[in-house]
Amino acid sequence: MSLIELQRDLRDWLVREDRWSARRLGDDAAPGLRVYLNNYRAQLVACLDDSFARTRDWIGEAAFRQSVIAHVERVPPSSWTLDAYTRDFPATLSLLYPSDAEVAELAWIDCALGEAFVGPDASVADAAMLGEIDWDNAMLHFTPTLDLGDLSTNAPAIWSALAAGDMPPAVEYLPEPGAVLVWRHEQVSRFRAIDQIERQALLAARGGLSFADMCEGIVAACGQDRGVALSGQLLGQWLADGLISRVEERPVSI
Amino acid sequence: MTAPFAGFGLGLRKPHYAKFLEHRVPVDFVEVISENFMVEGGRPRQILRDVRARYPIALHGVSMSIGSADGLDGAYLARLRALVDEIEPLFVSDHLSWTRIEGFSSHDLLPLPYTSEALDLVCANIARAQDALGRAMLVENPSTYIDFSPADMTEWQFLDAMCARTGCGLLLDVNNVFVSASNHGFDPIAYLDGVPHHRVRQIHLAGHSMGEDLLIDTHDQPVPGSVWDLYAYVLPRLGPVATMIERDDDIPPLADLLAELAVARNIGRKHMRQAA
Repeated sequence: MSLIELQRDLRDWLVREDRWSARRLGDDAAPGLRVYLNNYRAQLVACLDDSFARTRDWIGEAAFRQSVIAHVERVPPSSWTLDAYTRDFPATLSLLYPSDAEVAELAWIDCALGEAFVGPDASVADAAMLGEIDWDNAMLHFTPTLDLGDLSTNAPAIWSALAAGDMPPAVEYLPEPGAVLVWRHEQVSRFRAIDQIERQALLAARGGLSFADMCEGIVAACGQDRGVALSGQLLGQWLADGLISRVEERPVSI
Repeated sequence: MTAPFAGFGLGLRKPHYAKFLEHRVPVDFVEVISENFMVEGGRPRQILRDVRARYPIALHGVSMSIGSADGLDGAYLARLRALVDEIEPLFVSDHLSWTRIEGFSSHDLLPLPYTSEALDLVCANIARAQDALGRAMLVENPSTYIDFSPADMTEWQFLDAMCARTGCGLLLDVNNVFVSASNHGFDPIAYLDGVPHHRVRQIHLAGHSMGEDLLIDTHDQPVPGSVWDLYAYVLPRLGPVATMIERDDDIPPLADLLAELAVARNIGRKHMRQAA
């Protein structure tokens, strides 16, 4: 047997417990194959256990264990880092809990907080240094750990209550689709629920739209007075949150 | 020429981060799992920088997969190189095993057959890794639970040929020798006599547990007497070598690990003097 055939057989044993692959590896290999299978599964289970604490709190130990088993069977790991193995678990939970959207949304928050924790470092814009900025030509640059998830329930409130050891609120569906914002500031991963106006503004500004153009979009959605006020509020909130890493003035064409 | 590093160290694990940063722990170096710090930023990387400011560090990997039949992962090597450049470690090591094939990653150290085909492939992969890292690496003998006999050579002959062809060093895990010898019925003394002594740069000491049918390299126990005996046997045969206690599960208080390290120091003092 060539090396690549041997490695494919061992992979197929681990991923699918394929008996034919096991047989090709030799009759004497059975005890060792059981050890490797146990080690493989234990690593993946431990990874998901460590990364989805609030999701586990919400659905309970037994249901979480079943979900983890289903995920390990459904999604073999593909990256050199176990951190990456967490990324598809919310999708597995969506399949397992099609009528309970808060489960996958809690898992998304767990996962995104973990990713933000080890995301790239970045400076934070100092609000006191921004007095001289020409805001008509300003471009906002956001912290690279910023991530946005879709939200249809009050999952952030449930997550916070579970983390604090409080009785979580009952599931509530939002009157209109919302979003949850995750980022890291001062070495701590954070999140907050946001509405569609803020979500669109963040996506536009992060996508390269100038601050002035972003404000115009908010004014178009909310009207002149409310739009202008809201734009200022959002900028202040983003600066206070540590979401903005720097503000750059766009070169003015003559 | 500088003498090889011959200090005594501990594997640095999360429960003991604060102690290592708040106090001067009496170790000559610490070893960390490379992949835990091959992240883009955040607190783990900062902790590693802070630890590096106080102690020499060895980087020990588990995912390079030098036995992969479809070669190494270039992105992995680039990330490891960036960490190496920043931390300037004493050693960069990984295992004689494989974890990755055709887009699948096992996250467990899987065994190789000791064939000429595997030797050629492992040597080519090590050569590529050493080029990418800009330095020689150390390769650790694994604990194995399957014996792919008949093979073209023993594990120690494989290691000898691998070191000769690539210039890499050896990380000799004495517990792994004991575990594999027990599981596959070979003589651990023949193994320790057969490895290329002048290539051994670092030693791992750890504990193991009995599984259903086989000894398992669990790293959740103190170093047992059988492993201390093999350590005392091999030490006079080696040149100056660094020694480290590895503990990954049921991690005890730091004082317990330092007490084990003191045992290693005593054996080391006695036997390295004999070797000198």
